[in-house]
Parts: sequence; structure tokens; C-alpha cells
Amino acid sequence: MSDLPKPNEFIDRIDRSIPRTGWMDTPIDIRKGMYCYAANPKSVEYVHLPNAHAWNPVEDDWHLPENWKEIIHEGFKTRLERFRSFKVFMDICVRCGACADKCHFFIGTGDPKNMPVLRAELLRSVYRNDYTTAGKILGKIAGARPLTMDVLKEWWYYFFQCTECRRCSVFCPYGIDTAEITIMGRELLNLLGLNIDWVATPVANCYRTGNHLGIQPHAYRDMLDFFVDDIEEITSVRCEPNYNQKGADILFITPSGDVFADPGTYTCMGYLMLFKFLKEKYGLSITWSTYASEGGNFGFFTSHETMKRLNSKMYAEAKRLGVKWILGGECGHMWRVINQYMDTMNGPADFLEVPVNPITGTRFENAKSTKMVHIMEFTADLIKHGKLDLDISRNDNLKITFHDSCNPARGMGLLDEPRYVIQNVARHFYDMPANTIREQTFCCGSGAGLNAGENMELRLAGGLPRSMAVKHVHDKYDVNTLATICAIDRAALPTLMDYYLPDVRVTGVTELVANALIMPGEGERTTNLRGEPLPGMEEEEE
Amino acid sequence: MPEVDFQGSKFVVDEDGFIDSYENWSEGWVQYVKTQEGIDELNEEHRKVITMLREYYEKNGIAPMVRVLSKVTGFKLKHIYELFPSGPGKGACKMAGLPKPTGCV
Repeated sequence: MSDLPKPNEFIDRIDRSIPRTGWMDTPIDIRKGMYCYAANPKSVEYVHLPNAHAWNPVEDDWHLPENWKEIIHEGFKTRLERFRSFKVFMDICVRCGACADKCHFFIGTGDPKNMPVLRAELLRSVYRNDYTTAGKILGKIAGARPLTMDVLKEWWYYFFQCTECRRCSVFCPYGIDTAEITIMGRELLNLLGLNIDWVATPVANCYRTGNHLGIQPHAYRDMLDFFVDDIEEITSVRCEPNYNQKGADILFITPSGDVFADPGTYTCMGYLMLFKFLKEKYGLSITWSTYASEGGNFGFFTSHETMKRLNSKMYAEAKRLGVKWILGGECGHMWRVINQYMDTMNGPADFLEVPVNPITGTRFENAKSTKMVHIMEFTADLIKHGKLDLDISRNDNLKITFHDSCNPARGMGLLDEPRYVIQNVARHFYDMPANTIREQTFCCGSGAGLNAGENMELRLAGGLPRSMAVKHVHDKYDVNTLATICAIDRAALPTLMDYYLPDVRVTGVTELVANALIMPGEGERTTNLRGEPLPGMEEEEE
Repeated sequence: MPEVDFQGSKFVVDEDGFIDSYENWSEGWVQYVKTQEGIDELNEEHRKVITMLREYYEKNGIAPMVRVLSKVTGFKLKHIYELFPSGPGKGACKMAGLPKPTGCV
């Protein structure tokens, strides 16, 4: 980030002037800092996706097959026939512009092609040209244009400047899901091998080892064991997890980012402590899997088929282990895949039971078909029934706000449970302004596979609205902690905060729970999970 | 992928300057990254980090998480940044010939 200007200068530089040329006549300019590297052909090949080849976005020749236009034309046609929603979304937009200023990338870049309506027009214009009578006859007057190499490059550049967060969809009077348009756009690009590496390599890793990072079973275990040792140092309690345990009550699946990258690792320690607590107090057995070792699904950012293949391990592992139902960790887009696709894609999972919390008796009706419960629903339920022993003074030094992760918020309506949990494990909570949270939450700017390093300018631009909303509560209430329930958030928001608000740190919610959780048989707790002194213990540390 | 020529040795690197394969790592590569990183002199602490990273990678097929690197070497993250100005990933892992991690990280 050293070559980036100071935040104020960065914000002043956003060009909001009206372009001199119409959008169809404004040439594509693929700019460094705004795009991700091309997919490594080895990764594309590994999952048998077509046209794996080496190419460079800034070179003229993308080394496409001779018949690339035909491939796109056929692919487009197939998808219009297969997905009724896609056809409807292509037809019904009246270009009212309600979505235009709702996109974090448009706000942060000022680039008109980041207005969701215009991003969709990139695809829609070709749709009109190839598949509608008006477009075929009237051409440009009807908003149609033929597919050219420049158009294809424009698709690639802008469909990888969309995080599929769906904030724009909330404001669309027709309910057009612009994320689905990006999904289709990316699917078409993938027919030509034009993925980005930050998506393609995690996909290949996940297909090979069960998780995006490529962690093999023995290494996965090694990582959790490391946390077990750390927790013991802090609490004197060993929280050994169950691995691949047949006949366990529940299978737990979380993003692999949680076992590898800070600060997600502290959330991971939180899971281990919570499960140990529930085992000791109530005899609940929860197992981790070294095979279904990933909640996220970067296949979702590639194609429907790839998503399905990566998702299939969840039910397969639940079946193999004979658990009753699945508990899911603090992951983002995993929950959209689960709620919108999994049940019909790899289900029905008739071999699982409708999830019931055996400790409280609560039946999770909302998870009746997917058989998968969110850890926030689960924890909120435990707290509501008084089943957790908590010392909330341990979080007294934290002034917390909550970033609704896009997919749990807009993809499953999980809005109140995380707030309920935070407010029951900590005393100081302040929500950000109403138009930046809950279903109107602003994206972290790095979702849908865009959390790479090379597109940092794009990420900081996309994260600007969220950061300014945090700044509001930081200035007003001295907020110093940004809580969230998604692994991409935990990877992306620290970068944003380092840049815009260096004294705000990022945490998962289960980390806060575990800090407050009184473990059976614990020693005197003097530090939090990060090894920092608890409130009132600062002196003993010295 | 681009090629670099350093003191008579050729290396193939990716866009971020990571070596194409762990197998192609050599002392020459270490010296090359040293100049890239602007490190004056490689001391025992640098070597300790590189050795730890390579041993971990050989056993596990992945770079260690930063907390493990810290614990095993006994160096705080701040000190790792002093040793490798680009940090544990883009500095130390690059020098050790490891690929960069991708995903929710």
C-alpha cells in the first residue's frame, strides 16, 4: 500500500465528472491496481474448466480460441434457456437508475460503468443485439451492440469489479438481482478460461484438499492443535476437538481462512472453546472434518457446476459421519450457497434431521430443508436460554460496532442474532447509520474473490463507504472494534482499517463470546485470546 | 510467466515475483530476493526463518500461519517485518521459495 496516497487525497481524487463520451464509445482502459491477475492455467485445468491458457489482461492478445464469439453466443443462449431469472433480468430493466448510486464501487471510483445498471448493460447490450428483434433491426438505437474483443475485455474488467453483494438489488423496484448478472457474466468468461487467479487457485485447492488454502488433513489438525495449546496457556483448559468422528451429534464446517489467517484464528479458538464448554456441560459432541474443511465456495464465483462440485462435500461428509445436522461457522458467501442452492443442487439431505438444539430444544424451522444452522443462531439460542456462563466484563475495554456481512444479511436475513449475541457478551455496542447496516449493509469491497493484493486500489475504493460508516461511530462513540461474521471480512477489513482508521481492529463475534465464556475448570484469566491483558489486569501484565 | 536472470541463474516468476516452483529454489534465489527486499546482510535470524518455512512447507504443503512462524522462531511479527521489510508473506515466504496463499486470507 506504500505507493497509495493518504486517505484524504485518495478520496479527493475520485473523478465524479460527467464523461465526455457515451458509454458505448468510451474505450476500455484496464488499469493497474484495479484488476486481479489472470488465472493460472494449471488451476483452471485441474478442475477441467475449458480453455485453460496463459494470458495477461494488459496485453492486446488474450490468446482466445478462433471461435470464441461462437462459444460465448452459444453459452449465452444456453443460459437464457436454463435460467428463467436471467432472461427476465435481461428484459425487464427500465434503466430507472435507482441502483446507480447504491454500489460501493461506484461511490468509491466514480466510474459510471460501476453503476449496477450500466454494469448490467454491458451484457444486456449484447443480449439485445443477438437475441431480440428490436436489437437486431435497430441496433444502437435500441441499446444493442455486437460482441467485440473490446466488449469482452470490458465484461472481464467490470464483472471482476463487482462483489456480488446485492446491495443494489435491495433498491431495484423490479427486484433484479444484479449479482446474478455478474454470476452469468463470469460464467461466460470462464467458458474462455478468463477467470482471475484469486478465484481459480482456491477452487483448484478446494477440489484437491477440501479447502481453498490447500491444507491437507494432517496440517489442518496441526493448526487446530496449535490453537489448543494457545487456549490452554490462556485458560488452563485443553479444548481438544473431535476430528472426523462418526456418530457425533453435529458436523461443524467453517471457512479455512479461520484456521490460517489472523484475526480469524482467534475466532477459530472461540469455536474450540465454545464446543468444549458444550461438551463438558451438556455432553454435546460436535465434530470437525479434515475433508469438508471449507465453508466458503469460490466455485460460486466461477460457474454453477464448479459451485456444485465444491459444495457436494458438505452433505457427503455429513452422511459419511452419520451426524444429525450441520452447524456452519462465521462465513459469508457460504450462506448464500447454502440457502439458495445447496438443497436443490446436492440435496435433498433426507438422511439428516431437522436441526434441533438438544440443549434448549429449539427447532430451527428456517433450516428445515438445508439442515444447516448458523453459529450465530445457535449461540443466540444458547444465550437466550441461559445456557452459557459469561463474564462480560472481560470485553469492557471494547467499544463495538457490527458490520453485517453481505451474504448472511441479504442472502439469509441474519440481522438480529449477531447483534443479540454481541450485546449479551459485551456492554458497549453502537450500530452504524441505518442506511449502512442490516439489509442495506455496505460491502467490505473485497468479496466474490476480489481480496487479492494486486487490486488494492479497487479494494480501498470499494471499502470506502463501509470505512466512512465505521468512522462515524468511531468519532461519535470512540468505537475501537469492528465485529463481523465472515472470513473474507476478517481478511479484508483489517486492510481497510489500517488505511482509513488505524485504531479500529477487526474481530469475529465468536472471539468475543469466547473471551466472556467461563470455561469449566478454568484458571484465572488475565488475557484475552490475543494474549492482551483483560480490563483491570493491565498492571499484572507489567 | 516472466523470467529473471540473476548472476548467471535463470528463474521463472509470477506477477508478484514468487518463484514458479518450490523445486527450483536455490541459494542463488535467496541472494536474488535479498537484493529485491533491500536486505543488506543475511544473518542467522533470516536463515532461521527461511529454514523453518521450508521445513514446515515440506511437511505440510503450505506456508505456516504467521502465529506458528512467530512461535517456532521466537520472533514477534514486528521483528519479522524488521528482518523482511515486505513481511512474512511477500518477503520471507518469497525468499524461501513458497507459493503465496490465496482464499479468505
